[in-house]
Amino acid sequence: MNAIDFILAGMLGAATPFLLAALGELVAERAGVLNLGVEGLMAFGAVLAFIIVYHGGGHFLGFVAAGLGSAVLSLVFAVVALGFRANQVATGLAIGILGQGLSALFGKTYESLTVKGLPKLAFPWLSEIPVLGSLFIQDIVVWLSLAATLALWGMFAYTKTGLVVRAVGENPKAAHAIGYSVTSVRVFAIAFGGAMAGFAGAYAAVVYTPLWADGMIAGRGWIAIALVVFGTWLTGRIFLGACLFGAVSLMGLAAQATGLDVPSQLLSSLPYLVTIIVLGIISADRRLLKLNGVASLGEPFER
Amino acid sequence: MTDPLLSLRGISKSYGQIHANQGIDLDVAPRSIHAILGENGAGKSTLMKLIYGVEQPDDGTAIWEGEPLSLASPAQARRKGIGMVFQHFSLFETLTVVENIRLVVKGRTADLTERIRTLGRDFGLEVDPLAPVHALSVGERQRVEIIRCLMTNPKLLILDEPTSVLPPQSVDKLFDTLRRLRDGGVSILFISHKLEEIRAICDHATILRGGRVTGNVDPRDHDAHDLACMMIGRDMPDPMPALPLSGGEKRLEIIGLDHQPDDPFAVRLSNISLSVRAGEILGIAGISGNGQSELASLISGEAVLPREQRDRIYMMGKDVGTLGAAARRQRGFAFVPEDRLGRGAVPEMSLVLNSLLTAHPLGLLRHGLVDRASARALTNECIRQYDVRTSGPEAEAGALSGGNLQKFIVGREIMLSPKLLFVAQPTWGVDIGAATAIRRRLITLRNEGMAILVISEELEELFELCDAIQVLHHGRLSPPLATRDTRPEEIGRYMMGAHSSPEKAVA
Repeated sequence: MNAIDFILAGMLGAATPFLLAALGELVAERAGVLNLGVEGLMAFGAVLAFIIVYHGGGHFLGFVAAGLGSAVLSLVFAVVALGFRANQVATGLAIGILGQGLSALFGKTYESLTVKGLPKLAFPWLSEIPVLGSLFIQDIVVWLSLAATLALWGMFAYTKTGLVVRAVGENPKAAHAIGYSVTSVRVFAIAFGGAMAGFAGAYAAVVYTPLWADGMIAGRGWIAIALVVFGTWLTGRIFLGACLFGAVSLMGLAAQATGLDVPSQLLSSLPYLVTIIVLGIISADRRLLKLNGVASLGEPFER
Repeated sequence: MTDPLLSLRGISKSYGQIHANQGIDLDVAPRSIHAILGENGAGKSTLMKLIYGVEQPDDGTAIWEGEPLSLASPAQARRKGIGMVFQHFSLFETLTVVENIRLVVKGRTADLTERIRTLGRDFGLEVDPLAPVHALSVGERQRVEIIRCLMTNPKLLILDEPTSVLPPQSVDKLFDTLRRLRDGGVSILFISHKLEEIRAICDHATILRGGRVTGNVDPRDHDAHDLACMMIGRDMPDPMPALPLSGGEKRLEIIGLDHQPDDPFAVRLSNISLSVRAGEILGIAGISGNGQSELASLISGEAVLPREQRDRIYMMGKDVGTLGAAARRQRGFAFVPEDRLGRGAVPEMSLVLNSLLTAHPLGLLRHGLVDRASARALTNECIRQYDVRTSGPEAEAGALSGGNLQKFIVGREIMLSPKLLFVAQPTWGVDIGAATAIRRRLITLRNEGMAILVISEELEELFELCDAIQVLHHGRLSPPLATRDTRPEEIGRYMMGAHSSPEKAVA
């Protein structure tokens, strides 16, 4: 297996934690809420899923628990940030730290234990294409997250729900004036973002690298937040960005496998380096940010 | 008399110390156009927000079609059949017209698109359903708002200062639409402080002053002067006559300026030329959103031209296009921006500190440190001279009413005795008495030889103040028109772009 094959086969799997978390954050940000707690929400979901799968609860139950658990934790953020109109940046950071702390606490006795991952499902016909075929042999969660990407894209492009979320994010006062409850929309958006972060964490812990180690999320939550800006709040671009990060994070492994003489620390820092560079490039285009950006992002709503 | 559609009894609302509405009684008959008349700050907008449920009253009851109305939320008001068109529109700029409407009206996009077109034809409210809102003119946005309300089949339509954004010709068209709606069975609450309009269209008027009802009249039985007296509670001061002056030297000159701002929602300015001489007031008319704020920030120095755009903006004979705001002020320029909170003043800081922001050259610094005693004295002087109603120089700027803060900012800039004064929307949100005082003051300064540039949406104001008027439309400026030889209708034609770009009419 050469490096290209290796990256093609693994890219979507590596991209999935980024993608799921970024899609959740996208919905929250589109509604005007900046939740910086994604990293902690992912870690919390990861530990819940790992414990349940380790004790034989199965992957399905593990994902459900991770989604619910992180959603509940994100509702704490909702209460403080929306209910008390606290600063969203500070609140998000605090919830993130809380999530990471809880994750370390619950995961203490599971350190270095392993569980079984999920089998890969081959997409009929497509998986037989030479070279590209390995792209279409993925586990069920990858397929579901691709479906979620399509569903969210359709929601923002065509449905009234998508319109309401965008409206609340762009001009909460006007949304209130035409009869929508800004707070309920935002609470749902935050809970959705929390659940998606939980799924993302669960995927990382029980499918992608089914081994528990404290701090295993390793900054992927932060990259997911950067991805939302990187994708200028557009679902399709966020998907492409997630794939790019998936590929970049595999490059380190691929380089080691081919015996390239580069320090592994340098290679594993590649995703973060790429984040900084791409964000810089994107932010240079003010018009793009302004056209797609969320006008009320991070601002508490007061009527 | 038939039973009223809506009646309010004893409605009160306070914001902290300010009693915006006190014991308001109001009856709106079915099929009527009912004016709510009052100065800025009289409590008109507050009352409408209470009826529509955007805010909740502290006290009072409401009856809607014989049944109690709880005034709880806009959603509830809309279910009952109350629609509202806001003064500052509640549209979503990044969405298209039909998406904006779909947020409010049930239905498939294709059906709604067709209904928007039909309604547009029936009521003279044509607009492209698939256009994004940020690309529409202000007049078109207003039509979208009205269409959006009409599609919910309201029994009562509230219009908050609907004509303030329209050129004179479009006002007539709006009035036609409103009459057709009334004849179709809709009652209309029409909020305004423009007396002639109310006499032209309304069959009933309730007058508010200082948060209380001071009169209920048929506006057609009273002339504008009577209504004004009821509205402000005293006689109007006379305008100040302008002395004819011979041409002084050019204090501001803009030559063939083209500018594409970074903001994609901003208006592109093309081929702007104007000049203001000493002892002259030049007015820039036009509906807001046609490039006023873009032009204003280029003149004030908030936006700076790139190096290759030198030789475009001259002040006192010097090229200042590439200089920042502070450097322009050093050359004798002073500026009153249109938004008072945030640009004209820092809301969280006291009036003394706000004076310091621009008036520090007036001996308020000693050895580079703030001299609080003289800053305080200057602030007191400004408060006294410009009749600013406040608890004192230590009051927070944000605690002043809009009109009072405007008087303070205008006063502060005038006290700098600049050679060139630029005022954007000098009397926006200021009550009639204070507005007249500000205008008299501007004319006095002109008579003393100051060069003054005014941007205003109010044509009457420009006609009272200016020696010449230029009209801004879609980022293009008309040639100067001498005020004394020009009728408002001619300005109106320029406001709709009749001369500058004939294919695209605003409203």
